[in-house]
Amino acid sequence: MTRAAATNPVDALVGFTGAYLEFEKPLQRIHQDIQQLEREQGESRGDLSAEIRSQRTRLRTRTKRLYSNLTPWETVLVARHPKRPLITDYIQTVVQDFCELHGDRTFGDDPAIMTGFGRIAGHRVMLVGHNKGKDTKERIACNFGCAHPEGYRKAMMRMKLAAKYNLPVVCLVDTQGAYPGIGSEERGISQAIAVNLMEMSRLQTPIVCAVIGEGGSGGALGIGVADRVAMFEHSFYSVISPEGCAAILFKTGEQRKRAAESLKLTSKELKKLGIIDTVIPEPLGGAHRNPAEASANLEQFLAESLRDLKRRKVPTLVKRRYERLRNAGSYFETCQGKKKIRVTRATSPSSGTNRSATANRVARLDRTATPAPRP
Amino acid sequence: MAVDRPTEKKSDVPAGLWTRCDPCGATVYSKDLAENLHVCPECGFHQRVDARTRTEQLVDPGSFEEYWADLVSTDPLKFKDRITYKDRLKKAQQATGERDAIVAGKAYIRGRPVVLAVMNPAFIMASMGSVVGEKITSAIELAADENLPVVIVTASGGARMQEGMVSLVQMAKTSAAVAKLDDAGGLYIVVATDPTTAGVAASFASLGDVIIAEPAAMMGFAGPRVIANTIKSELPEGFQTAEFMLEHGFVDRIVARLDLRKEIARIIDYCGK
Ligand SMILES: [Zn+2]
Repeated sequence: MTRAAATNPVDALVGFTGAYLEFEKPLQRIHQDIQQLEREQGESRGDLSAEIRSQRTRLRTRTKRLYSNLTPWETVLVARHPKRPLITDYIQTVVQDFCELHGDRTFGDDPAIMTGFGRIAGHRVMLVGHNKGKDTKERIACNFGCAHPEGYRKAMMRMKLAAKYNLPVVCLVDTQGAYPGIGSEERGISQAIAVNLMEMSRLQTPIVCAVIGEGGSGGALGIGVADRVAMFEHSFYSVISPEGCAAILFKTGEQRKRAAESLKLTSKELKKLGIIDTVIPEPLGGAHRNPAEASANLEQFLAESLRDLKRRKVPTLVKRRYERLRNAGSYFETCQGKKKIRVTRATSPSSGTNRSATANRVARLDRTATPAPRP
Repeated sequence: MAVDRPTEKKSDVPAGLWTRCDPCGATVYSKDLAENLHVCPECGFHQRVDARTRTEQLVDPGSFEEYWADLVSTDPLKFKDRITYKDRLKKAQQATGERDAIVAGKAYIRGRPVVLAVMNPAFIMASMGSVVGEKITSAIELAADENLPVVIVTASGGARMQEGMVSLVQMAKTSAAVAKLDDAGGLYIVVATDPTTAGVAASFASLGDVIIAEPAAMMGFAGPRVIANTIKSELPEGFQTAEFMLEHGFVDRIVARLDLRKEIARIIDYCGK
């Protein structure tokens, strides 16, 4: 079913060449022990295979235990891991025959958002997603996945193209947020994101969205309105970065761990809150340790969603999409009849002879202008 | 995406008989200031006003009929920073006499019936959580259902962090409502006031058929400090103001507060609504 060959989970752990995160240090020590044993074995200093086997088992169980209880802040670190698979990896493993389309035909080509035709599990789709870049050079070129307005406009242009030819849209979200810069503001980053939210809500074709790494606020949502929204197990999605939240609400960046907890930004919490539909499981030790298995899991989610959504009539789909958004965040209640809030200031609009200064002025302004007929 | 600005200006709430205008330093008789719709008679500075005052300034006297007044947030995240969100809400409710950061309903503006929603910068910087999102959406839907123009006076520090992702999705919810109104052929007028920023700027506030802004209102997406830190240099003079947005094509007209009623009525008439 998938071109991504599944690797033995422990081989993937032992074969991992990336950096260990601070909280993963215990795993690193076991990993080093295994490497040492294997070297000694290679120098044929006796049969160490039993010892190696037991250390490998230890590595597997410790990794499993650690990764099934990540704190929200640890999740943030995993989601940002420099070796975490990016859209460009999934284009190699999950997408066949990717045909990239560049540019927004107005300003330029923003490499922070990639768009193009492709095939996923036999379905022709339009792929739209953030690209953070693999190495330093690429990362600088695409602003670490922080898109400018032209990136969002490029995405919208491609989504409209997809709708025209009945291609489902697949969005892969992976960004810290939209680019905060002068050019971004000058070219209307607010308007670009707003238009995407509005148009995606009524786009006449299925939309599937998966957060593959970071889901950073409006910059993520700008390509994140969909009929199915999923998150990789150890990705995160948040209204603001934990660092930003800590700086504003806790008045110190040091409180980012607490902020990460308060924000309920993990896949598990967001599933509970009804913000997302599906949690895509990650391989043992996270997607960065076994990109092949992560790819297979992503492909499975996309294949199932596309098959399911393509069976539905588009008008029904769009109607459901609206209802879903309409009910989003129904976290309010009416308090009529319940305890009254103490009103410390008269707030009733004035009328009659007891008019306020404001009302007087409003009345006077009106007298000087030509009256309009009441329709 | 969130509040990253000074939350209060001293001149916001005229406390005593006299009010000092921050930009020009003039001391103005509070009643005169109110009569001038909280625009400094000396320098023309447009002070922030709360939602009730703003409503009174905009609608035909006595014509405002409030809707959805009893909605309150349920604190979906059980959020706590230095204080709990519940306490923060309670404090804001007691200080303002409002339940959340928006007042909405039906009114007449110079004889034209409208649906009106006014955000309240005096309430947690008019940040958008579920209640603001719900009332904006309901107002837009009501306008679509009854074929009325909808006027939204925006002012916001952005999404309400204390409601986490629940607040972020309000951006999509409100924008979807605008799409629905647009499909129904309804008229949507945005009046952007100080400050219209972040998650509100990047959703319904940028989607009006006509977008008018008050002079010198701060308008933008990212917080100025965040931008300054990213580009590692000073921001240009007048960056992220209504005038800046006009210059770059994202605001259609800048209208002084004293002319707002007239201008809104004019736009409604041109659109035949
Ligand atoms: Zn002044």
